Amino acid sequence: MRRWLSRLAWLLVLVPCLTLPLYVGQYLAHLAVMVLFFAYLGVAWNILGGYAGQFSFGHAAFFGLGAFTSTLLHLHWGLSPWLGMLLAGVVGVLVGLFCGFLSFRYGLRGPYFALVMLAFAEMLRLLFETWMAYRYPLGLPIPLQGTSLAAFQFRDKRVYYYVVLLMLAGATALCAWLARSKTGTYWQAIRDNEEAAEALGVNAFAYKLLAMAISGGLTAMGGTFYAQYFLTLEANEVFGVQISVEILLSAIIGGAGTVLGPLVGALALQLLAEATRVYVRAFSGFDLMVYGAILIVVILFLPQGLLEGLRRAGLALRRAAGAA
Amino acid sequence: MPLLALSGVTKTFGGLTAVKALSFAVEEGEIVGLIGPNGSGKTTVFNLITGFLAPDGGDLTFAGRRLVGLKPHQICRLGVGRTFQLVQPFHRLSVLDNVRVGAFRGTADPRQATAVAEAILEEVGLAAKKAFLPPSLTLAERKRLELARALATGPRLLLLDEVMAGLTPTETAEMIAFIRRLHRRGLTLLIIEHVMQAVMALSQRLVVLHHGEKICEGPPQEVARDPQVIRAYLGEEAASA
Repeated sequence: MRRWLSRLAWLLVLVPCLTLPLYVGQYLAHLAVMVLFFAYLGVAWNILGGYAGQFSFGHAAFFGLGAFTSTLLHLHWGLSPWLGMLLAGVVGVLVGLFCGFLSFRYGLRGPYFALVMLAFAEMLRLLFETWMAYRYPLGLPIPLQGTSLAAFQFRDKRVYYYVVLLMLAGATALCAWLARSKTGTYWQAIRDNEEAAEALGVNAFAYKLLAMAISGGLTAMGGTFYAQYFLTLEANEVFGVQISVEILLSAIIGGAGTVLGPLVGALALQLLAEATRVYVRAFSGFDLMVYGAILIVVILFLPQGLLEGLRRAGLALRRAAGAA
Repeated sequence: MPLLALSGVTKTFGGLTAVKALSFAVEEGEIVGLIGPNGSGKTTVFNLITGFLAPDGGDLTFAGRRLVGLKPHQICRLGVGRTFQLVQPFHRLSVLDNVRVGAFRGTADPRQATAVAEAILEEVGLAAKKAFLPPSLTLAERKRLELARALATGPRLLLLDEVMAGLTPTETAEMIAFIRRLHRRGLTLLIIEHVMQAVMALSQRLVVLHHGEKICEGPPQEVARDPQVIRAYLGEEAASA
């Protein structure tokens, strides 16, 4: 019975997810792409920040590098952005290892690590802004080709929907598998108490590097998707603090260190952002103030995230049903 | 060859010498008690053995291998397990997962690690609480969890840092019985303990530290009569009385 119920629940989630593009227009498709896209980035951040407990405040570094890697390779060597996405992943892994080595080698933890990552992203932002101003003062001339599978360009947003759905499914499956494996268990041990983990045979340095590599690689691949979806690239945007914050918000609001947290968080945040944008229009910027106020309330009352809130609500309901 | 050997180990913190030219050995299959008044350097010795601190001088070997320069996780992998004086659970992991962390030292297979962890929880009497989070355990249970985690790594030598502090007499008796069982199974133990009755009952040999120096070593009965030990614990008058 229980098994059957859980299968039914999966069907109820999967079927609408897979068929959504059949009955929505471009606007809702775009909204759905944004939800899935930020869920994907949240999953990538969550591996490092939620599981391994290393709070990165500069994931825009990976994101921007990924976006530029595939785009520049496409511009200069005509390399398909699909391959570019893989290479972006490789760049993300290598940069993750580099940043991780520098930070963890010197024992940076907590806020210090967060600040180093922020500084690193800001450094890259300035570097790329300057380089762009000198090399491409009019912006990157990405050749628009309408709909072309090889060029990773589609007029119809619903195609992007399936691409990002697949990326999210892959990343979530990877995260779920890792969470139950030795690697995920070691990450969580490091997050909760690094010294105790070391005493139990955990090579904290190596496992933190591994988390950086995976998280960085996935985030960089997200950068490629972003570049192909919007087909414009601004250094101050893709390396900006705004992106770093948005990446970590969906994981934290949804529930850091849980497999489904980033999905729940991205859904809530994107819908909230869109709703305030559409319905709250007293004056310019007012929607952002409302958005921020709601965020503060959620963090104050559900510090463990929405998923934990839902779980508790479910328990309370079951108890109430049992008592009745 | 002794399982664990310290020779001339020295550790200073700034101007303070925490451990001074300390030498002693633990043979395979022994239970050795490390005792001394508060601040005599016992926990520092544990931190030196397990690689959390690096000695300023002297040498440490385990089964013939030099420990100096190795990281804590490497020393654990050689077969040295430890508990912490202040329990250090992974507070967001369940009791079972806490022990699985240790069990993953011997296997990469999650199911096997779970099986090992469950068997050990059964042994320490925490099986019923395997789904609990550590903050909801009593102190005695948290001490047993600490012990279970270290055991799950499959050590040859286990260092216990005050596992009986704060326990009731009944809980202390249970812990003594459990440590005896571990010893009968072939585990070598080095224990720091303030509960004198427990450490006297368990240890075959005692090493007494005072201000970081070894002032006495021998069987518990002899050590208890040693005037230097009495002086260290009770003061000058008691020794001359």
